[in-house]
Amino acid sequence: MLTTFRIRRFNPESESPQPYFEDYQLVTERSDTVLDALIRIRETVDESLTLRCSCRGAICGSCGMRINGHATLACKTKVASLISPDETIHVEPMNNMPVIKDLVTDMAGFWEKVRQVQPWLQPTGPEPEGEYLASPDAMNHLTGVMGCIMCGACVSDCAALEVNADFVGPAALAKAYRFVADPRDGSSSSRLTALNNPGGMWDCTRCMECIEVCPKGVGAMDRIMTLRAKGIEQGVPSTAGSRHTEAFADLIERKGRLDEPMLAVRTFGLANVRQMFSFLPMVLRALVRGKLPKSGPLFRPIPGIARIRRLFRRAKEGR
Amino acid sequence: MKYAFFPGCVSKGGCPELYQSVKQVYPRLGIDLEEMTTASCTGAGVLQEKDLRLGDLLNAHTLALAEQQGLPIMTICSTCQGVMSQANHRLVTDPGYLDDINQVLAEEGLTYRGTTTVKHFVWILLEDVGEQKIRQAVKRPLTGLRAAPFYGCYLQRPSAALGFDEQPARVKSLETVMALLGAEVVDFPGKSRCCGMPLLTINEPGSLQMVAHHTSDAKEHGADVMVTPCPLCHLNLDGLQTKAARHERREIDLPILHLPQLLGLAMGLEPRALGLNRNLVPTKSVLEKLRVA
Repeated sequence: MLTTFRIRRFNPESESPQPYFEDYQLVTERSDTVLDALIRIRETVDESLTLRCSCRGAICGSCGMRINGHATLACKTKVASLISPDETIHVEPMNNMPVIKDLVTDMAGFWEKVRQVQPWLQPTGPEPEGEYLASPDAMNHLTGVMGCIMCGACVSDCAALEVNADFVGPAALAKAYRFVADPRDGSSSSRLTALNNPGGMWDCTRCMECIEVCPKGVGAMDRIMTLRAKGIEQGVPSTAGSRHTEAFADLIERKGRLDEPMLAVRTFGLANVRQMFSFLPMVLRALVRGKLPKSGPLFRPIPGIARIRRLFRRAKEGR
Repeated sequence: MKYAFFPGCVSKGGCPELYQSVKQVYPRLGIDLEEMTTASCTGAGVLQEKDLRLGDLLNAHTLALAEQQGLPIMTICSTCQGVMSQANHRLVTDPGYLDDINQVLAEEGLTYRGTTTVKHFVWILLEDVGEQKIRQAVKRPLTGLRAAPFYGCYLQRPSAALGFDEQPARVKSLETVMALLGAEVVDFPGKSRCCGMPLLTINEPGSLQMVAHHTSDAKEHGADVMVTPCPLCHLNLDGLQTKAARHERREIDLPILHLPQLLGLAMGLEPRALGLNRNLVPTKSVLEKLRVA
């Protein structure tokens, strides 16, 4: 099948170092992965095409790149799975990191953020005579997140990182979870306190891009949500994020559905009155259009609220 | 075609024009609805940050109520849909977990057998109402209107929970419906990205940047209007667009319509009946384009 690859090129050493797209046509076989095709382009069409790869079997995490707009491993993506005939396959370097050349990105910032979460076991107490033991169940649970091959796909497509370069990001947070959830680790408390800071676990926007693009099913965002739950349970200092979550749960327990203005008031809190007032023009426009939601005592609970409250109580008992 | 209707908190709160417009359009499509008045909020993924099991319990309660009625659920919010789809996915793929949840529901005289399907209105339009009926309902084709889709994360990811394997057309459902109504679909990279709403509390500048970026980008791709099946996206893209424009020092003024509002316009319904006067970014330019008085 004749396939067109539209590849984003960038050479910092060229006379005008601007990224541009270049089209390559190649006859592909049913069994070809995008990586097979890219290597063939490099070997038979344009030897200047630069990419990074090693194992070709979705183990090493080297060939992370964006294919048709989403980050993935080129070696795990079959050409035939992407297109109908005469459509073009777009290949670009990963996002949210500097491009060194063509499809090769600089992962230094990625590693720096992983290092930031102290990705090593920190047991406390006296050293055991033998090994540090963990139950098979606990280790089975950790297998999922330990499957991370550090390819950077989740970081590439992270929406929160696009607007906040200081966010530690999904890969590092998944790695943090791997240690917080390890029964042999004794530093969960200080880890969660550190992750509670700006740029940490509350800066995720819950867009699930990281879950979708991960070639290993690590489910970074789900891990971030569990970190938040553990942080709240442990009583880390409140943030706008944790206040939002706590208020949300409390309001649903009281009324069954959401009292939106009250959620805003309780989230921003007295400490952020100024920020709250900055929304006043929007509130006034909503008021004029007769769509300011009822709140407080005017906001009535749903019929059958008693049952919802009982479900809340039972969940708390079972926790 | 009868459904247990789950309107969601926002259509009854910050976006009443969504509730209003869906009430206008559904009877004209042969849809029959019975509103679920005793179902709680899904938790919107927020309550789940604190207690995932509690979220699943609340949603299992809703799913069990619909099962008892013998009806599939219809949602009109990407977030409600996604959160319920995810809960349902966890419950039906893990019998031990379902048993555990059912023990609590049993105290309320309820049980969930795992048979309820939950569908967003936009999926119902394609899968149940069908192309032919939609075409028949169109009295004022949206010819010449360039409309950009904006799905909302929860209607796109994680695909494993949203039934995309069985129903691959869901990925592009919004665009398909918009095209059936006669609109020219404007494709742009942001259509399945985050609107910034969940980031608003912790990183307001970042949230506003997302609003400004996606709306401006859609405009630069030629859009006259943006259409969303998610009222939470609407709260950000419409409600905060003025603030976002000021924050990013640019003019945007891109009307943001709820999907049933767009559908209603194509059906020839009155703009006021569809609550178009209640959107915060004025919708006049859309009406002018369609030559609606």
